[in-house]
Amino acid sequence: MTDLQTRSATAAPEASPAREPESRPVAARRARSVVKHLLLIAASLLMIYPLLWLLVSSFRPTDVIFRTPGLWLNDLFTENYTGGWYALGSPFSHYLVNSLLVVVGAVVGNLVSCSLAAYAFARLKFRLRTLWFSIMLVTIMLPIHVVVVPQYIIFNLLGWVNTFIPLVLPKFLATDAFFVFLMVQFIRGIPRELDEAARIDGCGHWRIFTRVMLPLMGPALATSAIFTIIWTWSDFFTPLIYLTDPEKYTVPLALRSFLDATSGSNWGAMFAMSIVSLVPLFLVFLFGQRFLIRGIATTGIK
Amino acid sequence: MSAISELSHLKVSKARTPEEKAARRKENSRDNKAGYLFLLPWLVGLVVITIGPMIASLYLSFTDYSLIQAPQWSGVDNYVRMLEDDRLHNSLRVTFVYVFVSVPLQLVVALAIALLLNEGMKGLSFYRSIFYLPSMLGGSVAIALLWRQLFGTDGLVNQVLRLLGVDATIGWIADPGYALWTIILLHVWTFGSPMVIFLAGLRQIPSMYYEAASVDGASRWSRFVKITLPLLSPIIFFNLVLQVIGAFQSFTQAFVVSNGTGGPSDSTMFYTLYLYLRGFGQFQMGYAAAMAWLLVVIVGALTAVNFLLSKYWVFYDD
Repeated sequence: MTDLQTRSATAAPEASPAREPESRPVAARRARSVVKHLLLIAASLLMIYPLLWLLVSSFRPTDVIFRTPGLWLNDLFTENYTGGWYALGSPFSHYLVNSLLVVVGAVVGNLVSCSLAAYAFARLKFRLRTLWFSIMLVTIMLPIHVVVVPQYIIFNLLGWVNTFIPLVLPKFLATDAFFVFLMVQFIRGIPRELDEAARIDGCGHWRIFTRVMLPLMGPALATSAIFTIIWTWSDFFTPLIYLTDPEKYTVPLALRSFLDATSGSNWGAMFAMSIVSLVPLFLVFLFGQRFLIRGIATTGIK
Repeated sequence: MSAISELSHLKVSKARTPEEKAARRKENSRDNKAGYLFLLPWLVGLVVITIGPMIASLYLSFTDYSLIQAPQWSGVDNYVRMLEDDRLHNSLRVTFVYVFVSVPLQLVVALAIALLLNEGMKGLSFYRSIFYLPSMLGGSVAIALLWRQLFGTDGLVNQVLRLLGVDATIGWIADPGYALWTIILLHVWTFGSPMVIFLAGLRQIPSMYYEAASVDGASRWSRFVKITLPLLSPIIFFNLVLQVIGAFQSFTQAFVVSNGTGGPSDSTMFYTLYLYLRGFGQFQMGYAAAMAWLLVVIVGALTAVNFLLSKYWVFYDD
């Protein structure tokens, strides 16, 4: 590829061709553009303001929070963080570790199970494939509430309530079918010649999968991992059902318990720990944005 | 291609000559075992985590079950009680208002911003990041807690209103007339992800269509109505279907904003929240299972209606 082609190829997604009629005066066009930017900047500010205010307010005493709409910080009040960290039954690090364990389990589970299923759907021909594939697509849209009651009963009988097993085990069984679909889409884009070459070289399906497919599936795996992290980290419903022992709380449950705890009106501490809980998400956003945007655009994950 | 268009385009394999069929069968039998081995975790999950529990919950919906004793068969009692349950009817009303207001509103905002951003402007990726950020954080408890503060009596919203000279003393969260609307606003605030999908869709529209229309002297508005909307309609449809399904299951925001009560006066009692309270608050598992099945029927019916209506407005280029 020549330099020019490379440049236009990489620039293409950022700038779509001008659609203005040629006759429009330059000045008018420029004015339009300025107005548009002003509008967008105003909209961005409006969107982002609550988040900035949350961050700034987490460094203010509670009474100041409730009378200061601005973002100017006179002095850094860090007691929200030190106090909030120890405001609940365990130090907040305990809940962070709990959440981390669940997230790691969920990511590993989703990547392993979904990539296996995706390889089968995208590359192997087996009986009833179309039927299974359409069932898989339908389960993407199935409300979880219809399975949650019996699931709870089963996990309760097995004595797994108040453990992380109900949160992690389903991920190893590819129940997040969205990712199966995402990976199927991705594998379909990989040239078949690659696995056929490996097949001719005498590779079985397992070797083709581990040696050829998985290394090529990097972007799809990254997108799936990132979405799993975000969703699992924020998930509230499943932990709410399965984790009743405060020692086992994940971060969202711990945060919510601020509303019940003696510190119910301690908004400063609650804000501080909210920020702590959002930091991992923000980091994922910062470093994984590329994969996020691509993942959403190609599969329409919410 | 999206999951939905995939579903509606599933093809029946074409008839082949006998030799081809024989060759295929041979190939198939080689892949059959491997296929099912690779699919095994998913199949186990399908049976144990999805279909099994679905059947079990259908059975439970005809029983009385409180986890302590074995389920007692009670026929259609649960369903009859649902007909008479005013709180359930209210929760349906609340959820329908939420879905039918917040989903279209969010999609319109997402589309409008996507159109603005798509006109080949500088700073696209910067704006896109800013607009997308709330979608990523919006589902978290932290943001729901923040919302409790923002719309409280002395929250940020009222502080700003007072700065503007409005005598704002209303507690939005505590007022049954407004509480639901704060949650609707939260949903609209997360318009970033449909916006990203729209942006990707707008890129797919060949610019020659617009150029041709410009040459013919088409106005900005008619280009939008005659070119952009029809060509984008499959993506709008896709977003609509998924957002309706998702919005019907909203839970976290209503739970945290109302602190698990669905209050004030049940004004934020979403259907799923009521289901949770019945099932996991009062341990009426049979009733909760019946409610879950009604949810499936409603979501399925809405999706079917969406698909039926799509014939009249969704335009497929191929």
